[in-house]
Amino acid sequence: MANDTTADGVVLAADGLPLKASLTRAMRKSRIRALLLVTPLFVFVLFSFLIPIFDMSMRSVDNWHVGTLMPETTKALENWDGKALPEEPVFAALMKDLKAGAISREIGKVGTRLNYEKSGLRSMITSSARKSKKVKEGPYKPIVLKMHKRWKELETWTVIKRNTSKFTIGYYLNAVDMKYDNKTNDIVMQPEDRQIYSTLFLRTFAISLAITLICVVLAYPISYLLATLPTRYSNLLMIFVLLPFWTSLLVRTTAWIAMLQSQGVLNDLFVFFGFVDDANRLQLIHNLTGTIIAMTHILLPFMVLPLYSVMKTIPPSYMRAALSLGANPVTAFVRVYMPQTLAGIGAGSILVFILSIGYYITPALVGGTDGTLISNQIAYHMQTSLNWGLAGALGVLLLFSVLALYMIYNKIVGIDNMRLG
Amino acid sequence: MALPSYAGPLETTWYYTFRFICACIFVFLITPILIIIPLSFNVEPYFTFTQGMLSFDPDAYSLRWYEDFINNTQWTHSVKNSFIIAIASTILATTLGTLAALGLSKPHMPFRALTMGVLISPMIVPLIISAAGMYFFYSSIGLDQSFLGIILAHTVLGTPFVVITVTATLVGFDNSLSRAAANLGANPTTSFFKITMPLILPGVISGALFAFITSFDEVVVVLFLAGFEQRTIPRQMWSGIREQISPTILAVATILVMISIALLTTLEILRRRNEKLRGLTPG
Amino acid sequence: MNKMLKLSALAVAGVAFAGMTSTAQAVDLNVVSWGGAYTASQMNAYHKPYMKMHSDVKINSLDYSGGLAEMRAQTESGNVTWDLVDVVLSDAITGCDEGMFRPIKIDEEMAKAPDGTPASKDFLEGTLLSECFVPQIIYSTVFAYRADAWGGKKPTTMADVFDTKNFPGKRTLQKKPVNNLEWALLADGVPLGKIYDVLDTDAGKDRAFAKLATIKKDVIWWTQGAVPPQLLADGEAVFGTGYNGRWFSAIAEEKQPFAMLWDGQVLDIDGWAVPAKGKNVNAVMKFMKFATDTQRLADQAKYISYGPARKSSGPMVSKHATLGIDMGPHMPTKYASQGFLTNFAWWADNGDEMTERFNAWLLK
Repeated sequence: MANDTTADGVVLAADGLPLKASLTRAMRKSRIRALLLVTPLFVFVLFSFLIPIFDMSMRSVDNWHVGTLMPETTKALENWDGKALPEEPVFAALMKDLKAGAISREIGKVGTRLNYEKSGLRSMITSSARKSKKVKEGPYKPIVLKMHKRWKELETWTVIKRNTSKFTIGYYLNAVDMKYDNKTNDIVMQPEDRQIYSTLFLRTFAISLAITLICVVLAYPISYLLATLPTRYSNLLMIFVLLPFWTSLLVRTTAWIAMLQSQGVLNDLFVFFGFVDDANRLQLIHNLTGTIIAMTHILLPFMVLPLYSVMKTIPPSYMRAALSLGANPVTAFVRVYMPQTLAGIGAGSILVFILSIGYYITPALVGGTDGTLISNQIAYHMQTSLNWGLAGALGVLLLFSVLALYMIYNKIVGIDNMRLG
Repeated sequence: MALPSYAGPLETTWYYTFRFICACIFVFLITPILIIIPLSFNVEPYFTFTQGMLSFDPDAYSLRWYEDFINNTQWTHSVKNSFIIAIASTILATTLGTLAALGLSKPHMPFRALTMGVLISPMIVPLIISAAGMYFFYSSIGLDQSFLGIILAHTVLGTPFVVITVTATLVGFDNSLSRAAANLGANPTTSFFKITMPLILPGVISGALFAFITSFDEVVVVLFLAGFEQRTIPRQMWSGIREQISPTILAVATILVMISIALLTTLEILRRRNEKLRGLTPG
Repeated sequence: MNKMLKLSALAVAGVAFAGMTSTAQAVDLNVVSWGGAYTASQMNAYHKPYMKMHSDVKINSLDYSGGLAEMRAQTESGNVTWDLVDVVLSDAITGCDEGMFRPIKIDEEMAKAPDGTPASKDFLEGTLLSECFVPQIIYSTVFAYRADAWGGKKPTTMADVFDTKNFPGKRTLQKKPVNNLEWALLADGVPLGKIYDVLDTDAGKDRAFAKLATIKKDVIWWTQGAVPPQLLADGEAVFGTGYNGRWFSAIAEEKQPFAMLWDGQVLDIDGWAVPAKGKNVNAVMKFMKFATDTQRLADQAKYISYGPARKSSGPMVSKHATLGIDMGPHMPTKYASQGFLTNFAWWADNGDEMTERFNAWLLK
């Protein structure tokens, strides 16, 4: 053991190197090893999850159509002042683009894009492209103006010019029920009969809030019971919470359809007991009621589990102390017990809220018309209307609300952890 | 919380009212799941109890919906697909997730919070958004309508559960054990398989179960990414509910409930085993 | 009929022999269609006979639920796995304009009628509306009602559908503005030929929505074609809109007490489109030529009540293959004068706006 330290007092490791350097090296090694272990999953998540989501959010601002498929027109419109119809050079450029687009058969994409901002431009573009094949020589302005009546409208050109830029906030405007006024280029609200997304966002938040509240009300008593019963009983009762938790979402949705439909179990019971007569069975499904009942059932375990684990840590002696000091049971419960469960309520509520604002399957199956949420609208624009930019914009807005909530959740659960630790 | 002997009439009333309320909530939780089991044996194509069923007439019950399920190639095909996809993505997710959890639990892991945030993000982002992103991106690289695409997607969705459960087991893991093994001459591989693995195994298995059920139950991503060839059980149930409701769905649902009961039991056994093992390691 | 069978069997045998001697490489064709009874009719009429004749071709039948989402995703990625898609005309037009589908020279690439009439003259007028589209059948979206709902009273016009006083009960309509707006105007007294002129004005749109609002609380909205017959069968609705083929099988095969209300039926065309970047274009065009010839289109009508799109197939439509009933009276083409054709151009331009307004209206 004589060579453990050098003459000037530096501690040496077994291999004769200074211990400090050796430790640093070991630490670096361990750090690298840790990184190496995490890297495969990190890279995997990056490529198969984060990049796709980034890609989706890019689609919500991407506006390549006009610039790429009508390059000549885009260039020619650069210096157009927007006060009157453009002059012949622009029309000549337009004719070139239409002809090229008709041959490449991609001009329809421009029509689709422009039609989002002004109804009628789709057929203007596609029919003009079809007709352009027969056009031999200029001057092109009168020819184009004759192709479709909308070419004569100043608004048409305002829309085209606006969409020559590579990026757009148009989809986001649409997602919050706003739009460009095509005459003045100002941002204005959509006419009232077309306002839908802000209503849907609000409704999604309202429904999620309602479900969260119902979950708190239902979860609180049973969590309390589970936390205070002797373990052998509570373990048994826990199955009532865990079995639904582990049962397939679609199974539970199917079960609720069997329960709630007008020829279903619940209505049969009501008729049997004479609550309603056979001809006037209650409409419990394919509406808001159905959505709320089924989603509450599906999300309730997510409220019970955190609430239970918090309640489990509260020593019963606190309540006993309060009672023995003369508080009446209600006061003791409200002033002593409940404050200690707030962290659990918070954690459970935010979890349930986050899950319900992104819900898709259950509302789509039992929601009918007034029980559908914003995610159903996203799916609609992805699969049916094919307005992927709008789907992306709605998705990004939803994503940001969830991330904001998650940060709050992280904070609450973090505080909770600190208290437990 | 048994009723104390000195309880007054008010407390007794409240005690029983409270228990009654709790019973109602438990009934709400469990009834829909249990009710589909007898309904799946209904001889009639209805979603409700017939007179015959209520009077326990054996003729009112039958296995016809189970036969229908077994003889329908679309259903059997979807069962096969579900297992292929779930097993493949469970293996991938468990491997990647366990490795990452080991790394995250090392004392010198840099950027731990940020990394953890990234790794569990697939669990936080609403499924519809994940599905939308994957749909656009996977189809642009030709992974849509393929088994590989869905397996990769389900792997990503399953890894957060593995990371969380394995990290949780590693919190209670005593590092001095593997140091002792190294001192006694075991190389890192031996020490991992002989010491670390048996101790974290319950966490790994419950993480794997979570990953399995995530994939097995997942339908939103499948709706967007799968072609007809890759239809899974939930996807088949989805179109069954939307297009033509037949009690075959109830038969399938009953089978799935049985599977979840099996899973639940396995998890409970694992939890107890984990507690026992934890008891052995010094705090 | 027997004779026809023998003839076609002979033809099948002959061509099969020819096929065996050729040394073509085996191809798998992925043919995508709507599933259910419709795909079954196509398999019986087209796929099976073709595969018998060409042992080197294997046709995989895939199902989809319509729309262009998958097609667009495949085209964008360049990984096109579909070889042939059964589409409605409006989707064919959009897909053609966006370059997803391949243009087809109908006279050069499709079969002539038996009497030598070129294909472009043989297909019914007004069906060749897109250069990427080969028509197959004429179908209609049409109302049916429960015949036992109002005693002896029977609805006869579209106005009766909107008359909840004389014909009480729920109506089940498709959850989209297409057709519903037209029907509302029709019920409000707009003549068949003027519907789209009225709908093109702001006042006309308001009028359509206002009329629709009069029955809003009596409507159950459907999104899947299988739902309306089920709702009527369960007695949950008394009127329903649906595809005429679905109504036919409910009435003729399942003997449901439904009756058709042909007034205001919306005729539509369904047919084939070939993905522009498909991998087996040559093989698919050969199959298409066979599958859209006069005999094959007439054969399909033996299995399902959709009218063949060729004039020369019309007289060959005979009896249902298994039920033995005369198919003529069940063909929507027989009642063409009572209905109208959707104005695809109008919907292409106004579909986005109308859908948004419709959805907002539903939420109110």
